[in-house]
Amino acid sequence: MKWWRVISVFILALLPVSLAAEELDMDEYLYGHVLDSYEWHITTIKGHPVSIPLPVIVRSKTTGWHVFSSKHLEEGEYEGFYLFHDPESHKERVMEHTPDGDVRPLDISITKNVAGLMFNSLVLVILILLGARWYRKHDAREEAPGGFSGLIEMLVMMVEDDIIKPCVGPDYKRYSPYLLTAFFFIFVNNLLGIVPFFPGGANITGNIAVTFALAMCTFLAVNLFGNKHYYKDIFWPDVPAFLKIFPLMPLIEIIGLFTKPFSLMVRLFANILAGHMMILGVVAVVFLTAELGAAMNAGLTVIAVLFGVFMDVLELLVAFLQAYIFTMLSSVFIGLSRQHSEKENE
Amino acid sequence: MSLITPEFGLLFWMTVIFAIVFFLLAKFGFPVITDMVRKRQERIDRSLKDAREIEARMGQMVEEHARMLDEARKEQAQILREATDTRNKILATAKDEAREEAAKILAEARTEIEAEKEAALRDVRKEVAVLSVSIAEKILRKELSEDKEQREYIDRMVEETVREQAQS
Repeated sequence: MKWWRVISVFILALLPVSLAAEELDMDEYLYGHVLDSYEWHITTIKGHPVSIPLPVIVRSKTTGWHVFSSKHLEEGEYEGFYLFHDPESHKERVMEHTPDGDVRPLDISITKNVAGLMFNSLVLVILILLGARWYRKHDAREEAPGGFSGLIEMLVMMVEDDIIKPCVGPDYKRYSPYLLTAFFFIFVNNLLGIVPFFPGGANITGNIAVTFALAMCTFLAVNLFGNKHYYKDIFWPDVPAFLKIFPLMPLIEIIGLFTKPFSLMVRLFANILAGHMMILGVVAVVFLTAELGAAMNAGLTVIAVLFGVFMDVLELLVAFLQAYIFTMLSSVFIGLSRQHSEKENE
Repeated sequence: MSLITPEFGLLFWMTVIFAIVFFLLAKFGFPVITDMVRKRQERIDRSLKDAREIEARMGQMVEEHARMLDEARKEQAQILREATDTRNKILATAKDEAREEAAKILAEARTEIEAEKEAALRDVRKEVAVLSVSIAEKILRKELSEDKEQREYIDRMVEETVREQAQS
């Protein structure tokens, strides 16, 4: 009697179940998590999405500024604006109905990423200022901070001593605040991006606009304060005469001027985006295998969870590593723009 | 395509937020920490250097101290020796002086006694002379009267004289 029961349960477990009401739309699931949106979707309870509406700020060429909550867009058109889902890019955009057809208004809405960026930045500022507060009350020459301030000091000094000082060179103090800000900004945003629930989880450093702005800052820091030698090396390098007649080197150097920050932008963006995609993909295994039967699903779920833990830990490493690499390469580029020629050094 | 095309809205907010974060942290955050740590570093370096100097100086001082102690001990011994000598000398001198003084006092006393004796003898002699003269005078006053009377008289005289003598 007993073995009969066991076998029947086993057979039942092998049967495919189609209890899941709807099939998982993989594209919607992936892009919905890594792309920006006008509202902050937190979870779905019994088919009802729970999300925080965020302000939509748009400027129409004809009717001027409009500020309204994103929940109006869910209901359809509002004040002439509607939400357009681009099936090709899976991106949603606010569009405006005009007599000349539908146009894209100037859009500076507080989207999910902007809100996440604000929250993470607030966290970052509070963390660093809390760490710095200790020094106002104590004489740092007499004692060293412990606990939280000690941790912040250790991180700050690790970045400054290991990355900034050796890479930038003698006048590193001038660039140290920017490079430290870049490091901690990327680090905090990376870390909070891994947190899977509100208010973390926004794919901020995996968004090209954010990394573009960061790379732009490094580009400006490199090129605004480059010294004479740096620009001479770009436009009139010490090369044999035939290369001066045909200015190949300046051409390459000028392209290099832009490829350096471009590589910074793409590296950070691609690494973080890929990390998010991988974790999402691993988690999706749990839902995709539901129709293969309980036993299959259970087995793969265990594997997916184990692999998800591995991916999360790997992402922790990547979060630190990418912040480290961005800061180090920025420091190296700045250092190169501050270098003196070998002749001057001699 | 949208994955790799930056949205203007997010770029705008990112620039604003990053500028604010950079301003706050570059003004109140990182320089405070790095400056303080640098100051502490300098202080530690200086303290280490000072400690090394002090250690060297301590070594010198220990040597000097030992040398001084040695010197002091020698000096002490010498002083003690000198003091003993001086004491002995003083004692000897004092003894000599005392002896001399005693001898002198004795001599003086002796001469004084001698002189006193002389004076006493002189007084006695003078007294005896005066006595003899007065007796002789009284004897001579009654020389010419009777023998008996004379004798009585002399006796009386002697008696008188003795009484006088006793009285004076």
